[in-house]
Amino acid sequence: MTAIENPKTYKWVGTRPIRHDGYDKVVGKARFAADLNLPGQLHAAYLRSPHAHANIVSIDTSKAEAMPGVKAVVTGDDFPALDITDSNHDVSINVLARGTVLYHGHAIAAVAATTKAEAQAAAAAIEVEYELLPVVLGIDEAMADGAPLANEQNYQKFVGPSDPSNIATHTPLERGDADAAMAAADIVIEREFDCAHVHQGYIEPHACVVDTGADGKANVWASSQGHFMVRAITAAVLGWETSRIKVTPAEIGGGFGGKTTVYLEPVAARLSEKAGRPVKLVMSREEVLRSSGPAPGAKLRIKIGATSDGELTAIDGWMAYQIGAYGDFAGMVGAMSVASYKFPNLKLESWGVLSNTPKTAAYRAPSAPHAAFAIESVIDDIASELGMDPIELRLKNAAVEGDLTAMGMPHPRIGLVECLEALKASDHYQADPAEGAARGVAVGFWFNIGEQSSATVNLNEDGTATVITGSPDIGGSRASMALMAAEELGIDVYSITPVVADTEAVGFTDVTEGSRATFATGKAVVEACRELKVELCRRAAQTMGVDEAEVEWVDGAAVSPSHGGEPLTLAAITAQAKRTGGPLTATASLNAAGAGPSFAVHCADVKVDEETGQTTITRYTAVQDAGTAIHPSYVEGQMQGGSVQGIGWALNEEYIFSSDGVLMNPGFLDYRIPVASDLPMIETIIVEVPNPSHPYGVRGVGETGIVPPMATIGNAIKAATGVRMTSLPMSPPKVLKALGDGR
Amino acid sequence: MEYAAPTTVDEARTLLADNPGSRVFAGATDVVPQMRSGRPEPSVLIDLKRIDRLMSVTHDNGHWTIGAAMPTSELTSNGEFSGVFPGISEGAGWIGSDQIQNRSSLGGNLCNGSPAADSVPAMIASDARAVIAGTDGERTIPVADVVTGPGQLSLADGEFVVEFEIDDPPANTGDAYIRMTPRTEMDIAIVGAAVRVTMDGDTCTDARVVLGAVAPTAVRVPDAEAALIGSSLDEAALAEVAAAASAAANPINDKRGTIEYRVQVAGVLAKRAAVLAAERARA
Repeated sequence: MTAIENPKTYKWVGTRPIRHDGYDKVVGKARFAADLNLPGQLHAAYLRSPHAHANIVSIDTSKAEAMPGVKAVVTGDDFPALDITDSNHDVSINVLARGTVLYHGHAIAAVAATTKAEAQAAAAAIEVEYELLPVVLGIDEAMADGAPLANEQNYQKFVGPSDPSNIATHTPLERGDADAAMAAADIVIEREFDCAHVHQGYIEPHACVVDTGADGKANVWASSQGHFMVRAITAAVLGWETSRIKVTPAEIGGGFGGKTTVYLEPVAARLSEKAGRPVKLVMSREEVLRSSGPAPGAKLRIKIGATSDGELTAIDGWMAYQIGAYGDFAGMVGAMSVASYKFPNLKLESWGVLSNTPKTAAYRAPSAPHAAFAIESVIDDIASELGMDPIELRLKNAAVEGDLTAMGMPHPRIGLVECLEALKASDHYQADPAEGAARGVAVGFWFNIGEQSSATVNLNEDGTATVITGSPDIGGSRASMALMAAEELGIDVYSITPVVADTEAVGFTDVTEGSRATFATGKAVVEACRELKVELCRRAAQTMGVDEAEVEWVDGAAVSPSHGGEPLTLAAITAQAKRTGGPLTATASLNAAGAGPSFAVHCADVKVDEETGQTTITRYTAVQDAGTAIHPSYVEGQMQGGSVQGIGWALNEEYIFSSDGVLMNPGFLDYRIPVASDLPMIETIIVEVPNPSHPYGVRGVGETGIVPPMATIGNAIKAATGVRMTSLPMSPPKVLKALGDGR
Repeated sequence: MEYAAPTTVDEARTLLADNPGSRVFAGATDVVPQMRSGRPEPSVLIDLKRIDRLMSVTHDNGHWTIGAAMPTSELTSNGEFSGVFPGISEGAGWIGSDQIQNRSSLGGNLCNGSPAADSVPAMIASDARAVIAGTDGERTIPVADVVTGPGQLSLADGEFVVEFEIDDPPANTGDAYIRMTPRTEMDIAIVGAAVRVTMDGDTCTDARVVLGAVAPTAVRVPDAEAALIGSSLDEAALAEVAAAASAAANPINDKRGTIEYRVQVAGVLAKRAAVLAAERARA
């Protein structure tokens, strides 16, 4: 349902056509990267590190090279060594280790052979001599004085390469006087939290096929969230010019941020170059879990002060994110993502901490869910201590336009208050929880980003159109692009063919990330359509023999009062294109600013089996500000998907490492993503507070949905049992133990 | 690796005897994942699903005969069997997923040797027997004696389970199987508990309590059975059942659960399974 009517009314925007790519996906015709096979293609397999941290003393590939079917072997020595300050340095040493393995499962070498079995057998025959190094596994351990280094090549960002460090980033943010405000507060609650690593859990493992020709050019077919990104990183790791690489985006079976980087393509490209044949490289599920980036684990200490009437006066927070053995920026975002409440006084610091665990990758609103779990839990405890309704307390403190985020940026027009009001008025919140169940609510925020996008719109001679973009469609963006083009041009949405084109057929486009495709690429589509409408009116004016200024575009046709108001349809104009100036086509490229933040409020009713510690969710509602929902079904899908991934994160998903850094649950049996019967229907309420920076008011919706669920469920468990869970996942053994300890 | 699909027990017996390193399978729902995860391939994989005797269920003269390779979905959808042994049916119904259950079998679930096998505790609670074919003919032993440890069986080389025999239960008897998994399904039991009781009015006259996933094999809990017999399943008796089950649990710490948790929950599930079995016995 839609809670607040968007003031604008549209013909196509806001409708729910069947997605243009739906037929291919339903009948199995859609081609994912692993579906592609080329004549003469080889299959590749990796040798991966059996140790979490070791120097590679020697690698001997001679036995492997002599094995049946083997056509090429590569190691780190087959790639240029990038300077440590190069932005692609870390990804290059993650793709194949150079001298040191940094986590269990780190790729060391790869083999291309006639069959996958031959490639695997040969990879296993590669002889490596290791010199074991101390393994750093936990945040406390890594931050302790005199801790061994997880990666001797890591230096703290912004401090400069003075000393190697287990710290990647340290981000302090401060305003007002948090200490004084805390001392003056009527109530102060401080708690410590921890979160296990979780994985994005996309259904489709990483896969690519690469054909490097004798001309030195590589054709890459890959599953990714951005094929221009694949081209750029592949080129950098190989030391090639980007013009040598063409990347064709395959359909993508989920990414959630995990496919915003590269693992396979440079390796497959080099193997293909060496073998002179196409090479297919597909990860197994075990490889996905061991060796592609999970979201960070974290430890957090959050202290919040409030007045007795529920005004939040100060927050003091310490957040440490465990980001794997590479210096990435994930640790910075935790403190930056504090933006939901006014907090006049604020003192936050967040840390990116290294360990000998897989290099982390983005996962839907990266680093915000951990912070929200902690903060929204403490706020909930303040509400219950003060005897206030949790929504009322949040409404009293909710950020509105002009309030500052932790980074000090003023919010533009945002919809947090509207989301809270919508939940308050919902059927769910108005009804009591089922017998034996109790309720929790929590808020989530995500920035969203703009970035660069390109779109080309070609009008066909019969009045239909092709909309070409460079944004891989991971959440229904083809349908959204077609809807915006249909609205602009005034033609039927099914007259439009939305295409995701390869790196040589469309202008540069950044990764589908930051909930940006419908916002930024959509904006490019709208701009291209508007340019076309100007041209269509010009051609119509010419045909009608009237002044261009007297022609308007109305409902898919040029209309001029001085021409009797007789409309000249788009099809009539395109049919005459040859005589009026040639093909009608327009391209827009932009670096979009003004991605409006999206807020969400979630509400869960849960039952807790106090003898087994098992939590059952009996009802769940997600409320989120979409600005304007272009295709409401896909907005709801994003809200439901984020909720479900968050429920998994809340209740059962976790990376379980042995004491020597080996992932003990590298499969979906023991890495427990929720199954359908674990979930109630996820009810959705789309709030529409239009984003003034988008022609239709779009805010990205892909990420925010994963921010609130952990605290929502933790708060509901607290309401049901009286026990505050501070450790994710809130799995049955942990809940049962907490129930025992708490009584 | 070769594949063979015999159509008689004798043919299968000969194939096993003639091919060192060969292995029988029914649904392959454990065998194939094991091979994919790097276990050595057998010389010959012998498919038992073409042998009629292993694929049928019959009810004659007060006892049931269930083919060891029969898909568990056929058993769980067999209304007569599920009416008499709801606990065995429940256990079989938790194996893998619906799709897996079109392949999985009682014989495979038992002979995989997992302490967490869902169909095994309730079979033991109903005194099920396994008919085993080997080079020297056939022998019949209690199901409880087939598995000797994780992945370890009492079967000799060349032997395989042909079918299971279960006697009709006495009047006023009910059974139940309950398991604890973090997810609702598609999961492996952290603790499983099967209970079978015979009731005379409100008094329990006979009982079996069997735990899964908390010891190297499924284990009977005689102290819990003694606590049930003669009781009306009152709170005190159930507390004794729970305490006895927890005491009998001898689990390990692993990625699926802690010792502490499994011990505690073994008691909870034994108690709950007893209550459910008694309800069914009275129905």
